[in-house]
Amino acid sequence: MSVIVKLSKVTKIYLSGEVSFQALKDIDLEVKKGEFLAIIGASGSGKSTMMNIIGLLDHPTSGTYKLDGHDTSRLQENTLAEIRNSKIGFVFQSFNLLARTSAIDNVSLPLIYAGVDSAERSKKAKQALEQVGLADKFSSHPNQLSGGQQQKVAIARALVNNPEIILADEPTGNLDTRSGEEVMAIFENLHKEGKTIIMITHEEDIAHHAKRKIRMKDGEIWKQ
Amino acid sequence: METINSALTAILANKLRSFLTMLGIVIGVTSVILLISLVTGLKTYITNQIQELGANLLIVIPGRIGGARSPGGVQANRLEFKDAVNLRSKLASEAQVSAAIQRNATLKFGNKLDKGVAVFGVETTYPQVISLKLTEGRFFNQSDRKVAVIGTTVKNNLFGEGKTTGQIIDVAGIKYTVIGVLGPRGAIFGIDLDNSIYIPISSSQKQFGIDRLNTIYISANSADSVKDVQQKATNLLKKRLSEDEFTVQTQEQTLSTISQVTGVLSLALGGIAAISLIVGGIGIMNIMLVSVTERTREIGLRKAVGAKPKDIRNQFLIEAITLSGLGGIIGIILGVVISFIIGRFFTTTVPWWSVILSFGFSTLVGVIFGVAPAIRASRLDPIEALRHE
Repeated sequence: MSVIVKLSKVTKIYLSGEVSFQALKDIDLEVKKGEFLAIIGASGSGKSTMMNIIGLLDHPTSGTYKLDGHDTSRLQENTLAEIRNSKIGFVFQSFNLLARTSAIDNVSLPLIYAGVDSAERSKKAKQALEQVGLADKFSSHPNQLSGGQQQKVAIARALVNNPEIILADEPTGNLDTRSGEEVMAIFENLHKEGKTIIMITHEEDIAHHAKRKIRMKDGEIWKQ
Repeated sequence: METINSALTAILANKLRSFLTMLGIVIGVTSVILLISLVTGLKTYITNQIQELGANLLIVIPGRIGGARSPGGVQANRLEFKDAVNLRSKLASEAQVSAAIQRNATLKFGNKLDKGVAVFGVETTYPQVISLKLTEGRFFNQSDRKVAVIGTTVKNNLFGEGKTTGQIIDVAGIKYTVIGVLGPRGAIFGIDLDNSIYIPISSSQKQFGIDRLNTIYISANSADSVKDVQQKATNLLKKRLSEDEFTVQTQEQTLSTISQVTGVLSLALGGIAAISLIVGGIGIMNIMLVSVTERTREIGLRKAVGAKPKDIRNQFLIEAITLSGLGGIIGIILGVVISFIIGRFFTTTVPWWSVILSFGFSTLVGVIFGVAPAIRASRLDPIEALRHE
């Protein structure tokens, strides 16, 4: 299996005035294509920072990040946006759906920025919603959906552009146990279909669904 | 297309807020359209009035337009009846000449009063020279003394529907016999041209004790000779008067003076109204900044799923332009409707350029005041934005 994410000696230092804070310390990490990886850590362990770097929302202070074999350190903001659009799907703890926007339009959002035409967008969005089991909720707005359903819409949105990697940041953090299990079942299916999934969590029960776990503490990976 | 849809969604999501924001632009555009339509209407009206007098008409007035002694000013008027006589005899083959003096007076008929009536003392050639039409009776001739031809307003005020010709009216203490009624002529600058009477200039001079003239009208026999007659009249008058004591003006010159005046008026009034458009633009900017803050998470999410800075910038810019453009369209509709309603009382004309100008300006206001909030949105850091509560 080819390596899709490769972090080498990645550090991240936040400066605020005179005080500096080292969020990541010399991180080396390889994630292979098709892996289902859980990153476990308490808040402040650096797991979110790492996730933002893998998701190309943030730059490392030093070290290199190769995505699918390409160094990402010199890329312009527009190129980064294109890569996020085509190769990465985000799932957030708080869903981040657009209010007053139907499920299908929420799912279509990445396709708009990919320049896909309206008919094709609608078709792909419907497929993605069917894939997460929301075939009957195409035109529902977020306020008409339960938390679990909203997160499924968000997963459909992450899937719609057929990305290489799905990055999930505490995807069950705002859900009850049953909805959480449903969401995890979807991730397991996606894993079986060959998607690379990187998930952040602080719950062991949730991390248990992943096939590989790493633990972070104080900006370092202390257990592979 | 997508951005326009999403802009409309965002605008409709906050209907009241969007409406209040647009109101500034609506009021600005409405007033620009209205003021320009009033001034343009005024210009059209005056132009028509003047053209009705005939294109061949020249007007001699005391004083110099644009000179130290402005016409109608308090400086001594040196234009005399003998100047009119002189002009008439020297220009007999190419033009008709009629002198006029004007006083305001109160008219009485029985117990009815008509105050502030313009009393014109004119010569018998007057109706031909400035193309006046009578609806009743006749104009006076050389042998008439103490007779009057009255305007429609005077007729309505004194006689109503009753008999007019042959009636004796009192003009500032002297009795005159009404022999004719003029057709309606309307108003210029709020001055009712029909609230006037015409009496023989000799009677007027005797009654009011004046020999200075307000105006000498000269009507050239052909349009081609207008310039020539103007030159000759000027030369004749120069023999007795100095150059700044009189002006001989053609209709063309009068029209161009009016064009200048209404042009400046349009600019000044339109400019004042345009200030309210700028105020409206500040309102849009304010609300767009609020909107950017409110939708920080949305911006973060859009960036995470692949929106480039320019996509975000365009989204907010188009939203601002849609707000101002919609306000502009509503303002144009309101302005046209109100000017149509006012048009039943005054002449109004909505020139097409004022519609294009005000729509263009309101859209421009959207661009100018939408750019800063849009750029702010496009520069938001996605991580910070996603964390925003």
